[in-house]
Amino acid sequence: MWIEQNQLDIKTIKYIDEKGKALQTDISLSEQQLLEMYKGMVKARVFDVRAMKLQRQGRIGTYAPLQGQEAAQIGSAYATGEKDWIYPSYREIGVSIMKGMPMERLFMYTMGHLEGLAQHAANVFPVQIIIGAQYLHAVGGAWASQYQKEDSVAVAYIGDGGTSEGDFHEALNFAGVYKLPIVFVVQNNQWAISVPFEKQTASKTIAQKALAYGITGVRVDGNDVVAMYMTMKQAIEKAKAGEPVLIEAVTFRQGPHTTADDPTKYRLPDEESEWGEKDPLVRIKKYLTESGSWNEEKDQQLFDEMAELVTQAFTKAQSEEPSQLTDVFEHIYKEKTPQLVEQQVQAEGEKRP
Amino acid sequence: MTMMTIVQAINQALESEMEKDERIILLGEDIGKNGGVFRVTDRLFEKFGERRVVDTPIAESAIIGAAVGMAARGLRPIAEIQFMGFVFEAMDQLVAQAARLRFRSGGTQTAPMVIRVPYGGGIRAPELHSDSLESVFAHSPGLKIVMPSSPYDAKGLLIAAMRDPDPVLFLEPMKLYRAFQEEVPEEEYTVEIGKANKLREGEDLTIITWGPPVYTVKAVAEKWWTEKGVSIEIIDLRTVAPLDIETIIASVEKTEHVIIVHEAVKTGGIGAEIAAVISEKALYSLAAPILRVAGYDTPYPTAMVEEEWLPNEKRINAAITAVLEE
Ligand SMILES: Cc1ncc(C[n+]2csc(CCOP(=O)(O)OP(=O)(O)O)c2C)c(N)n1
Repeated sequence: MWIEQNQLDIKTIKYIDEKGKALQTDISLSEQQLLEMYKGMVKARVFDVRAMKLQRQGRIGTYAPLQGQEAAQIGSAYATGEKDWIYPSYREIGVSIMKGMPMERLFMYTMGHLEGLAQHAANVFPVQIIIGAQYLHAVGGAWASQYQKEDSVAVAYIGDGGTSEGDFHEALNFAGVYKLPIVFVVQNNQWAISVPFEKQTASKTIAQKALAYGITGVRVDGNDVVAMYMTMKQAIEKAKAGEPVLIEAVTFRQGPHTTADDPTKYRLPDEESEWGEKDPLVRIKKYLTESGSWNEEKDQQLFDEMAELVTQAFTKAQSEEPSQLTDVFEHIYKEKTPQLVEQQVQAEGEKRP
Repeated sequence: MTMMTIVQAINQALESEMEKDERIILLGEDIGKNGGVFRVTDRLFEKFGERRVVDTPIAESAIIGAAVGMAARGLRPIAEIQFMGFVFEAMDQLVAQAARLRFRSGGTQTAPMVIRVPYGGGIRAPELHSDSLESVFAHSPGLKIVMPSSPYDAKGLLIAAMRDPDPVLFLEPMKLYRAFQEEVPEEEYTVEIGKANKLREGEDLTIITWGPPVYTVKAVAEKWWTEKGVSIEIIDLRTVAPLDIETIIASVEKTEHVIIVHEAVKTGGIGAEIAAVISEKALYSLAAPILRVAGYDTPYPTAMVEEEWLPNEKRINAAITAVLEE
């Protein structure tokens, strides 16, 4: 038999529709949990909008916005436990915030502070710039958990474009062969800088790529925070039982790729407004309002509260001592080499270069 | 003649060669509709279409590896790696495949191709976007490495690279992409690969440099002349593999004092190679030790300290003072 794309019928998991109506009955989240997720999403949104503004004012450096992807990030991160490890790319600001990364650290990173590189959240790997590299680190991390009989999973994040790199495929293959406790999350936000999904891969979905590696794949509405949470919860359970999972979260990057990018060069405003209507914050807010636990007044209060927190974080970041040249010689080896010692002395003001 | 930036000069070199030679295909990430993240390939997609200007999936090893296969079968691929820090993904295809195809096929197969890569610091870019890695590749026999520092050279060297029978790594200084304009002929011309450019004549000291620091060195040399009457000869290497040893040695024999300025980290850099060549061929001409002003032996640092980390005027001045005082 020929195996063909069209034989695959892949459905997208959804719990709440665009109008905020529940589509499934097994939502095992308490009202408080739902509110915590919504708060996380608002915090990420407010941070993101502010960071874009600060970059435009020249007060921070290049920034990669996550607007539109809050549900995919917060829902998946909220489902992880304290012992689980996160392997993020540059866009997982929402995940970091949810995992307890102080926002001033995030500002310091974009301000070009050497100290901004230091991770101040539990079990989060450093931000990855090289597309796909973190997928293999997550494999190693999961392997270590398995070997050391820890009760934890590795969660690796990547974009749709990243699934084209060899590292992605090598990671899925290892995970399948060694039955590792790992969840691969792909945020399919439709674009890899200027390249649309259909020019990135000829397969209809990302989820189906799991099959080729003998692992489980699933496709989720990435703008539905409840669907993200519920799927992630199950995926973590499976992963702990030695069944790695690939989750494709179907979402949309509402802003530019980074502050250095101009999306009008490659995409139409129609696509943006269409997805704008599916905004992940609006959906969960409608759901919460519908169920009576939320209203406009509380919403405004929450946004104000988050704006205040973000302001405080930025003020804190600004008040940090700027990095000095002499600091670059730290953290290269455990102990400085003779060459580094010599160069540090020179850098600190000796005459010879 | 038209005033052009380096970006415009490279764009024009690509356009005019593509018009003449149908075998040329551009491959890279975001080079099509978007015209490249630096707009170096601007308008080429509209003009030549998606068969010749290909927006590839994000897969550097595939981009370079496919280019090797294309080149071996009669095409002339020009591949782009978006930023130099991402070149490691394609390392095997570049140094173990492209560079060696001629040798490992006993001269029966070749990979005439160009790999264009923006590199260098001073633009406050995120991690792994600003590295200067030329010495990593200079250690790979079979590759030529071209590093222009001006619009005129960029256009002439790129056309030469596209016509070269061997794989050429063409490194483009990001900081200089739009930093200034210069007169560039509209028509096509080539600048010879492997020939350095003596940018300034001098008697007292030779500074050997390439890429982004060329402009810092020019400014420094001008000041030493006007303020102290010290005349500095500047050699812009333009190509680091092969090295123009003849020009270097002739200059050293004349001035007897040498400084090498490069952005890449100091240890194991091209500067070390040049110093070794000078000591082999002209040691007794030297009146002072050769000094290097280079990136420190650290990963490229974050934006807050990069200006101090780079070979800046202050660091070059200190080296000049030290060499002349010997
Ligand atoms: C190995 C490597 N190649 C290229 C890049 C440049 N680059 C940065 S982000 C990006 C697009 C990534 O798209 P996707 O994986 O879909 O993630 P998104 O940015 O949309 O979240 C590219 C090409 C890089 N950082 N690393």
